[in-house]
Amino acid sequence: MSRLPVRKTYKLFVGGEFPRSESGRTYEAEGQNVARASRKDVRDAVRAARSAFPKWAGMTAYNRGQVLYRVAEMMEARRGEFADLCSGSKEVDRSIDRLVWYAGWADKLAQVLGSSNSVAGPYFNFTVPEPTGVVGILAPAEPALAGLVSRVSPAIVGGNAAVVVASEPHPLAAIELAEALATADVPGGVVNILTGRREELAPVLAGHMDVNALDVSGADGDVPELERLAAENVKRVVHGAPDDQSPWEIAGFLELKTVWHPIGV
Amino acid sequence: MTELERKQDRAPIPSRWEYATAPESREIVSLRERYGHFVGGEWLEPAESYQTIDPASEEPLAEVGQATDEEVQLAVRTAQDAFENGWSALPGSERAKYLYRIARILQERSREFAVLESLNGGKPIRESRDVDLPLSAAHFFYYAGWADKLEYAFPNRKPRPLGVAGQIIPWNFPLLMLAWKIAPALAAGNTVVLKPAETTPLSALLFCDVLRQAELPPGVVNIVTGDGRAGAALVKSDVAKIAFTGSTEVGKAIQRELAGTGKKLTLELGGKAANVIFDDAALDQAVEGIVNGIYFNQGHVCCAGSRLLVQESIYEPVISKLKRRLGTLRVGDPLDKNTDVGAINSRQQLDKIQELVRSGEEEGAEIYQPPCRLPEKGYWFVPTVFTNVAQSYRIAQEEIFGPVLSVLTFRTPDEAVEKANNTPYGLSAGVWTEKGSRILSMAQRLRAGVIWANTYNRFDPSSPFGGYRESGFGREGGLHGLEPYLDFE
Repeated sequence: MSRLPVRKTYKLFVGGEFPRSESGRTYEAEGQNVARASRKDVRDAVRAARSAFPKWAGMTAYNRGQVLYRVAEMMEARRGEFADLCSGSKEVDRSIDRLVWYAGWADKLAQVLGSSNSVAGPYFNFTVPEPTGVVGILAPAEPALAGLVSRVSPAIVGGNAAVVVASEPHPLAAIELAEALATADVPGGVVNILTGRREELAPVLAGHMDVNALDVSGADGDVPELERLAAENVKRVVHGAPDDQSPWEIAGFLELKTVWHPIGV
Repeated sequence: MTELERKQDRAPIPSRWEYATAPESREIVSLRERYGHFVGGEWLEPAESYQTIDPASEEPLAEVGQATDEEVQLAVRTAQDAFENGWSALPGSERAKYLYRIARILQERSREFAVLESLNGGKPIRESRDVDLPLSAAHFFYYAGWADKLEYAFPNRKPRPLGVAGQIIPWNFPLLMLAWKIAPALAAGNTVVLKPAETTPLSALLFCDVLRQAELPPGVVNIVTGDGRAGAALVKSDVAKIAFTGSTEVGKAIQRELAGTGKKLTLELGGKAANVIFDDAALDQAVEGIVNGIYFNQGHVCCAGSRLLVQESIYEPVISKLKRRLGTLRVGDPLDKNTDVGAINSRQQLDKIQELVRSGEEEGAEIYQPPCRLPEKGYWFVPTVFTNVAQSYRIAQEEIFGPVLSVLTFRTPDEAVEKANNTPYGLSAGVWTEKGSRILSMAQRLRAGVIWANTYNRFDPSSPFGGYRESGFGREGGLHGLEPYLDFE
């Protein structure tokens, strides 16, 4: 007689913990009951991201790079599980390699994206990239894993905290990723993952006044309406590549700060 | 005034210096009675028009066009033709030479432009002569040099121009904002339709004569004048990109309007900058920095240091020095070379300043204004300091865009950061301290696009400028200022 397997309960990932939706709702996806987040869950996730942001942004770039690399290590250990939840091992490998690639960018961004500026006067003047703050990400519906990794990695490597609405039809890879993140020294709240109805969650995230940028690279439905909502607090609206890698994908989530100081004796 | 101040009788001494007037001659500017829109290298007779005035005397200067939807669309089509038929195919080195020519002509005609800028905008001639004009020319000169080096600016990205850039600029630095917009757009290979602010169209219209002298191909730069309706028509038109500098309210409306269109957008919006003075700062220099931060250009500066954050231990000396210094500011005729603070740009802006200042008094702040004789005609506002300001007051939260300073205090660096960042804006901030490590720590923690340490209100074409949060997105100036005008593979 074969053993009855122990099933997993698929919950949200907020502030480094795995709560059920406060609404008590679930929906069925990929044969599982998955938490169906509410508007309140979105607000809680934004609050968690906001409180995680200063610590994450304040870490050294070297340290952030190591944490991202650690996520890749944790994913590598779960390759089999991930492969079952996306299009297969090729997508898993691509996702892990992409994380490693982005991990290496953490301490090189300022050199590639920043500048020292030759102003016409006795001033020392330089420009450095800084994270924009809390980023809302609407993960691509597919590829379930690579799409998610392709959007979350460039957002967090520069020091932002993220609130992600996972793929609605394929949410399981996102929860699996949350488990890898939770064991990879990513401070709680730096990445928050919500599963549920996109139509219900996306507008709340887009209109939230404490979210600084909205990534619509993987958005579906009424994207113009999301962009209109984003204007309420002048969010940076990011149209990136759903399954690709580039330092310019990181730049979309960064601000540039220019500092002046007089030169004299 | 605090109890201590009363006891020590530190009331400022108003200046008793008598100055002979030193007016710059306005003869150098010859204005036409009427201006049309500048489209395709020619003047287009406008269907509607309005008077533009001198805010220092309320006298009309000229009649200018109020662009209709059709006129704006014609300008955009003309720019599109110019883009397709020549400009985008021109080698970068040739585009560069046009921009160099424009820079040189602006230098040659700088006095004429400076006088016109002061006439139509109300800013002191000293500022238009020493700041606006040199920086405008420098901006064209800087971006001229990029026009044939784009592949080095963006290696491996195959930069290419967007098409027609629609540009909407404010009235506080009319020619300089024109330069900030047009120079990078042309360097990147785009063509332009620019709308100057309703109250300050004249330097942009005179700039059309610079374009004639530079022999810039017709249609590469088109200028349509008018109020917000003309701006709205430009936003709705068939341009590839909108660059807007102005209020946060209008910026949000533009962002909403462009939602889902795929058009590129950069916004340079309002601010409520904190100027943070620590107890180890060089106080006299800091006071000069405070004055330059908020009274420069009548406070009509989006990055003005409108919130002074003083460390409690030096509150008394800073405020007393500041009040003394205020007594020496000369308010009056913008064309007088002695003038420090000129005319408020418009009746509408004066109303807004007055309304916010009333709210400050009503909410409980203490107002100080130096004794000051104002001209009878024109729009004027006395340099003002509010003390006893709570963070929740409107004068500590809303952009006044006038010569009005709100003073708050702090005890620790943490408190200074907390208060400085406590607005929806994030354009600029100032820090004054002699401690190097503190400067760098504050520069890191202040959430703003430009940090001036032991200086304030410095600008340079090579230095990126732009905001965090509700102060907008995108940068102007420097290598970073080119990017919004390019597409990449």
